[in-house]
Amino acid sequence: MVQRTNQEWLTDLRGSAREETLVDLAAILVRGLRYALSDRADVTAEDVEDFIQDTLIRILDKLDTFRGESQFTTWAHKIAIRIAFTELRRRRWRDVSLDAIVNRYNSSDYTPPLLRDMGASLETSAAMELLAVTLWRLIEEKLSERQRRALIAVTFEAMPLEEVARRMGTNRNALYKLLHDARKKLKGALLQESISVQDILETLG
Amino acid sequence: MRINPETLKQLVRNVLSTQPDEIGCDECFEQLDKFVEITLADKNTAEAMPLVHEHLLHCQNCREEFEALLAILRGME
Repeated sequence: MVQRTNQEWLTDLRGSAREETLVDLAAILVRGLRYALSDRADVTAEDVEDFIQDTLIRILDKLDTFRGESQFTTWAHKIAIRIAFTELRRRRWRDVSLDAIVNRYNSSDYTPPLLRDMGASLETSAAMELLAVTLWRLIEEKLSERQRRALIAVTFEAMPLEEVARRMGTNRNALYKLLHDARKKLKGALLQESISVQDILETLG
Repeated sequence: MRINPETLKQLVRNVLSTQPDEIGCDECFEQLDKFVEITLADKNTAEAMPLVHEHLLHCQNCREEFEALLAILRGME
């Protein structure tokens, strides 16, 4: 396959050679995506084809936004990964209700007991317990309900941002900002607690 | 409800390392191709593109996508 410079990719995709160029680009992206998803049992060859088709459409649509700050193929692979991962996350979490998972953490007098680290000293375990109880209280006291739900889902259930966002009627970027605000509040509150930062960091190890 | 101590530690680290200004996922995505090539060139990404570097410390989803992109480029070299 002929190697193209960035400018050649752009020119060929915009010109009469578009169809052959898309075939070449698809071949590169298929190799990349197969490699990236090779350890996943839930991805079929058909899935990869679908992801690549969606990627090519997105690339043509966004061609004018390519800034030339990297190789064109790097930029294209990036888009392919975003499309594939978004869809795979959507599938994996399709049947999961945000309410159901957050409700498992709801209780007005709830104190989370930690799994005991069998190798840790009693002192370390007690310090970790204190940290857990403190942080949990701050989550309950300082965060808005939306922030609390998002934080629980993302942190404790590893729910993808766009999946939480979708259920909360927002988007991934806005959800990141929501969580950032939550973290800022928690940071400020944690630093005002009687546990010193030094103690916290030592506890974390 | 039992919480994994590692998850808690990760949250606390995440909270304590929070910066006043952080870019979101959209801005990180815009710059990720440039960032991954800097990474491949073994340059110091924390210095070269600190905001993207920072975002990837706080965002597991963007981090996964970055690592997949890096793996592709390394695998195809």
